[in-house]
Amino acid sequence: MRPADLCNYPSSWFGGGSDVVSEVVISSRIRLARNIAGYEFLPCLPPDRQRQLLNRLKDILLSIDLGNKVFFVDIDQASDVERNLLTERHLISRRHAHGKGPRGVVVAEDEAFTAMINEEDHLRMQVFAAGLQLNACWERINRIDDAIEKKIDYTFDSRFGYLTACPTNLGTGIRVSVMLHLPALKLTGQMEKFINTARDCDMAVRGLFGEGTDATGDFFQLSNQVTLGVSEKQVVEDFSSNVVPRIIAYETQSRQALLEKRPFALDDKIQRALGVLRSACLISSQEALFLLSNVRLGVNLGRIKNINIATINELFMLTQPAHLQLRAGKILDADQRDTLRAEIIRTKLSPN
Amino acid sequence: MICQSCKEKTATIHLTEITSGQRCETHLCQDCARQQGLTVKTQMPLNELLNTLLSAQPKTGNPAPSSVSVQSEHACPSCGMTLKRFAAEPLLGCPNDYAEFQVELLPLIEQSHNGKSRHCGKVPAGTSDQDRKEIQLIQLRRKLEQAIKNEDYEAAAKIRDQIKQYP
Ligand SMILES: [Zn+2]
Ligand SMILES: [Zn+2]
Repeated sequence: MRPADLCNYPSSWFGGGSDVVSEVVISSRIRLARNIAGYEFLPCLPPDRQRQLLNRLKDILLSIDLGNKVFFVDIDQASDVERNLLTERHLISRRHAHGKGPRGVVVAEDEAFTAMINEEDHLRMQVFAAGLQLNACWERINRIDDAIEKKIDYTFDSRFGYLTACPTNLGTGIRVSVMLHLPALKLTGQMEKFINTARDCDMAVRGLFGEGTDATGDFFQLSNQVTLGVSEKQVVEDFSSNVVPRIIAYETQSRQALLEKRPFALDDKIQRALGVLRSACLISSQEALFLLSNVRLGVNLGRIKNINIATINELFMLTQPAHLQLRAGKILDADQRDTLRAEIIRTKLSPN
Repeated sequence: MICQSCKEKTATIHLTEITSGQRCETHLCQDCARQQGLTVKTQMPLNELLNTLLSAQPKTGNPAPSSVSVQSEHACPSCGMTLKRFAAEPLLGCPNDYAEFQVELLPLIEQSHNGKSRHCGKVPAGTSDQDRKEIQLIQLRRKLEQAIKNEDYEAAAKIRDQIKQYP
């Protein structure tokens, strides 16, 4: 399997279920940061030792049972478009894509597990799942972590826990995140509610696609900030039973309010979005993101029939720049990308 | 560190002001800081914070006896990392840096982890029994705090009994 093979399919963990929770929570993710005993952290680790560590960790990851077929990508050797594809699919971070030196990633073929080697820490593993499934994510990543730990020693300190290159990840090294779709909160001007809840619970909010928080078409990533002095289970529990249910309730209330008080304004927004997507000949990834977000809301609220939510989810993933270029098999300039993107969307959303 | 204002909660906001060469430190909890109308930047990047701390240190002359003078050029013997380099990009060079620069790092660690500075969570299989016990005790104390906060006194009593079983 090569990265390019992924460009025609949506990620297995993106979207999924049709219950109220999955309408708002697109996916769950847990990441663990680990460093290996006997090696300096990456800023002070010489390149030949980085190479040695990369090979050691790669061999270990390929030798343990990850519950799925896995493949390895040498990020240093990969092409720009391959790196961008992996970033667009959230399989590697921007830092990993644009970093330098010997580094790589081990990816399970269902893309629900990835392990970045030599990113900010020696090892950064992530497990994904569709909808709100943080307990399942934790159980899986914990098992994998145990299996790795049998083969290599992590740097651990009884006071500070798992030692990380950046003190902000110290302790458990855990980053729990949920990807949220909050179009109604945004439409009703109530993003404050979400932002304040996140802040009160020491959680960070980031945009899901692209960079910056403002240009992401109502998609947000919520993650914990505190990794020291709280156990992994407590963090998971705080998301699953406290914060996420509150945010789902806010979003659901706003959706109801829109349906009751401003049904015409809502339908106008949704149908215009669908109209543009069905007729545009050139469409930027920004514009597509915003319009698809409105259509997703329309499908979830039953205002648009005959369009499957899976189709919408798929379009978010497949219309990103690197996906388009790998699909076309060549480098495309901005105009060519906008044309191809519009064509794919028109075909997928065509009424007949 | 305890909040100077309410003397109850953990101080997570640390302010350093220098007026006419005099250094003045204020340590407040989130709530008191908010009450005093301080806009709290919750996610001050680590390096910014460290720069603030470093620049607040008296560089020459006679440092106040209580303040720790940061030798920002001092290098970790095992990896060569300095606080100056860490301030430019907040990544450490080796595990020993946590011991080497503990005095300077501790306020940053507490600031980024809501006042906490002790691990409580997963422990690798090879950890000694003594360390394992200490970490379990911390977990139990946290659970106890939570139970009391939720007014679940039955659970709190049980956790207290569990804590008593530790030597
Ligand atoms: Zn206070
Ligand atoms: Zn060092």
